Amino acid sequence: MRYLPLQPSDRQAMLGAIGAASIDELFRDVPEEARLSGPIEGLPLHASELAVERQLKALAQRNLAASDAPFFLGAGAYRHHVPASVDHLIQRGEYLTAYTPYQPEIAQGTLQILFEFQTQVARLTGCEVANASMYDGSTACWEAIGMARRITRRAKALLSAGLHPHYVSVAKTMARFTGDVLETALPDLTPGAPGDDLERLINAVDGETSCVVVQNPNILGHVADLSELAARAHEKGALLIVVVTEPVSLGAIRSPGEMGADIVVGEGQSLGVGLQFGGPYVGLFATREKYVRQMPGRLAGETVDADGKRGFVLTLSTREQHIRREKATSNICTNSGLCALAFTIHLTLLGEVGLRALAEANHLKAVAAAERLATVPGVELVNGAFFNEFTLRLDREARPVVRALADRGILGGVALGRLYPGAASLADGLVVAVTETASEEDVAALAEALAEELA
Amino acid sequence: MSVNASGWRPEMGDASGALAVDTFTGNRGLMLEEPLIFEIGGSPRTGVEVDVPPRSASRLAGLERSRPIGLPGLTEPEAVRHYTRLSRQNYAIDLGLFPLGSCTMKHNPRLNERMARLPGFADIHPLQPVDTVQGGLALIHLVGEWLVKLTGMAAVAMSPKAGAHGELCGLLAIRSALEARGDARRVILVPESAHGTNPATAAFCGYAVENIPATAAGRVDLEALKARLGPDVAAVMITNPNTCGLFERDMKAISDAVHAAGALVYCDGANFNAIVGRVRPGDLGIDAMHINLHKTFSTPHGGGGPGAGPVVLSEALAPFAPLPFIEKQGDRFVLIEEETAEEHHGDSFGRMVAFHGQMGMFVRAAAYMLSHGADGLRQVAEDAVLNANYVLRSLEDVLDAPFAASGPCMHEALFSDEGMAEGFTTLDIAKGLIDEGFHPMTMYFPLVVHGAMLVEPTETESKAALDQFIGALRSVALRARQGDPSLKGAPHLAPRRRLDETAAARRPVLVWREPEVAEAAE
Repeated sequence: MRYLPLQPSDRQAMLGAIGAASIDELFRDVPEEARLSGPIEGLPLHASELAVERQLKALAQRNLAASDAPFFLGAGAYRHHVPASVDHLIQRGEYLTAYTPYQPEIAQGTLQILFEFQTQVARLTGCEVANASMYDGSTACWEAIGMARRITRRAKALLSAGLHPHYVSVAKTMARFTGDVLETALPDLTPGAPGDDLERLINAVDGETSCVVVQNPNILGHVADLSELAARAHEKGALLIVVVTEPVSLGAIRSPGEMGADIVVGEGQSLGVGLQFGGPYVGLFATREKYVRQMPGRLAGETVDADGKRGFVLTLSTREQHIRREKATSNICTNSGLCALAFTIHLTLLGEVGLRALAEANHLKAVAAAERLATVPGVELVNGAFFNEFTLRLDREARPVVRALADRGILGGVALGRLYPGAASLADGLVVAVTETASEEDVAALAEALAEELA
Repeated sequence: MSVNASGWRPEMGDASGALAVDTFTGNRGLMLEEPLIFEIGGSPRTGVEVDVPPRSASRLAGLERSRPIGLPGLTEPEAVRHYTRLSRQNYAIDLGLFPLGSCTMKHNPRLNERMARLPGFADIHPLQPVDTVQGGLALIHLVGEWLVKLTGMAAVAMSPKAGAHGELCGLLAIRSALEARGDARRVILVPESAHGTNPATAAFCGYAVENIPATAAGRVDLEALKARLGPDVAAVMITNPNTCGLFERDMKAISDAVHAAGALVYCDGANFNAIVGRVRPGDLGIDAMHINLHKTFSTPHGGGGPGAGPVVLSEALAPFAPLPFIEKQGDRFVLIEEETAEEHHGDSFGRMVAFHGQMGMFVRAAAYMLSHGADGLRQVAEDAVLNANYVLRSLEDVLDAPFAASGPCMHEALFSDEGMAEGFTTLDIAKGLIDEGFHPMTMYFPLVVHGAMLVEPTETESKAALDQFIGALRSVALRARQGDPSLKGAPHLAPRRRLDETAAARRPVLVWREPEVAEAAE
């Protein structure tokens, strides 16, 4: 077996050194009735690299890859071009096969990069500090709600109608067990809806509110100014949590921190990580310096070594489960280190100039696509303001249309019916994301196919 | 022979003396210093050319960013060099034995990486129409089926993102099952030797946590456990094999007692790699167990994740599993989400993550499972246990092994700091190992042993690699017993000497600031 270096003669010699007659003797503490005498039945035996590759390739080929189709899906996961060097660098064994940097003297590579990552995320979100990553955006969002509860000692969270419905579901799952109260609402497709949602939140914040959670751009693609909401929340002693599922947007629009956010959480997948059918992704988490001790997740910090040289360590671990156990701020242990590495390398390659250009390209392409698609009979553009994603209202239910487009080899968007099953008012909505990867021909193909399907 | 079997020799002196050569750059040969990106990247530089279409009217409603973000940019050669130079300051399993007990640093096969990058897996969107991702759903289903068969359990929840997230999944299923029968139990019992995530997770979902003591032999005290069981206990969280490296002999009796008291059994499956293919947890009465794919099934740790923590569930808990999950209907795979859950899966406790879990990790685990097969996985457990026992028996004359008399260890060998010279600690031994070119073992865990050192070699080490490691650890242990003062200053030969963690925590510097800004903040 190609991954097992011990040879039969080694095993014999080692058993001899241990003083055991057989390998079975080493398993003698397993109760007899639970010992298996041979390989588990119903599973295949070992296979060569070639054979495994053949089998998995056959499975992969049963999927329609985004690169093989005009592709317009978003709703929390975005397709962007990732420079070749990103994937090359993250596959270096020193990164790929390292552990959490518990021994800082021989993990300065990972630690310095986490420090750089934290700084990039803080600057991008307009916050003072950021952590070393979370699992993904949806779990980071729940952790932020929990953090707001600890800071304000209040348990009522107001969720915007524009928050990704899966993020709402995750929060609802957890709130059932923690006793947090969540006030939620469904989005709607009328032109004034984003303003109405902000209005609802502004009016609902009261002395019992721990936090208001708003996504920007939101699930329908709307972008909004959150400054007034932030001011209102602060007036009532509540925190503003801003969720960003498309970090590329931060190259074009004002940062949440600038608008007054106290905690910014995000899905970092757009930069460096790729679609991967939903995971692994990388959660972003940033906040004000004064709240850092209530923050979940790992933190890298600067210090010096015994010779006075600058170095980095994991720090403030007294918040964490391996020290505080049941009193920890979170149960998170492993986070998303390698995805954070991909994110930070991609962002370093982009830099200020590249990120702003990328954001601009996304926005301009999306504007052009929205205008083109809105000319299709039976299609209406819902958004006033948007970044690289917008919602179309079709003259019929969108899900069958999406499936019909897929049959034509076009991945045309996310039907709101998939995200909000049972919500009749949203059934006609189609969320379309347009990134730099969509060509003019792709947009034309979508527009033509849509026109034919709706004819 | 490359091993210095006699241990430290006085003429070695303080190793740092030999290196007191100042260089202009601060570099020492191939040991390279590297500044932060903020110190090298000027703002107008970039390593990405973006094709920006002709300008047209913006639809950002006046929310255009006006202030600079403050991101440095590097061209591709600068970026490749920065990250390559930094990589050389990391230890990794590719460089040598990585004996972190309970963390399981085994070889990460590169076939796994190649498979995870197939466009059909890497470049599909989680919300694509299910007819366009049948292969993706089939892959998740395949891994789930292997896990169910390997553990002898009834069902599996694939979406948890890491081990601790899997613990959360298991406890939420337990709490849901208890609530469904109108039973509001509030206490979770956790052995003292448990991973910190166990009590943290129990508290995270609203439970009170109580410790169960261990016997002098390092196993759960069955009688004490029985005495504590009662109508307020919701579940017991047990790690098996436990973090002392021992198999819980009484596991079945523990499960029976817990079930008889109306509670459920959660097993922390972090150490499943010791028993995979030889024992099925389902045969021991377990109700829920997470499996760290990055431990047992060789997906890379990546410097701190991503992990993946699928949870296998018993018949009793299966109905409460989270959404989404995949069902095979004839030749077709369907995704059970909120929409169809009510008819198919009405008791589900809900969604834990935005999408379907760690697909990239599932592909890697699938490649590993198929490569080893049922026979190879059994051999994995046997070699892991053999290697650990070899380490234990080769070092027990120089390191105190508190449970050596409790029987063979499983996949990891536990030592304490007893017998060190006055003032010498586990930390010194760990740092001494760094100078020998090894990553240290897990230190100060489990908490039940003073100055614990938990060594897990894994099955992917050759006998020669083990012998060299044993020689190095023996040498360092002897120095600690003899009170070699140079050990207190170790490491001398790493990219950094000991780092001041106290200062880091007292005045946290978590982001880089321009020197003038940082000074102004003083």
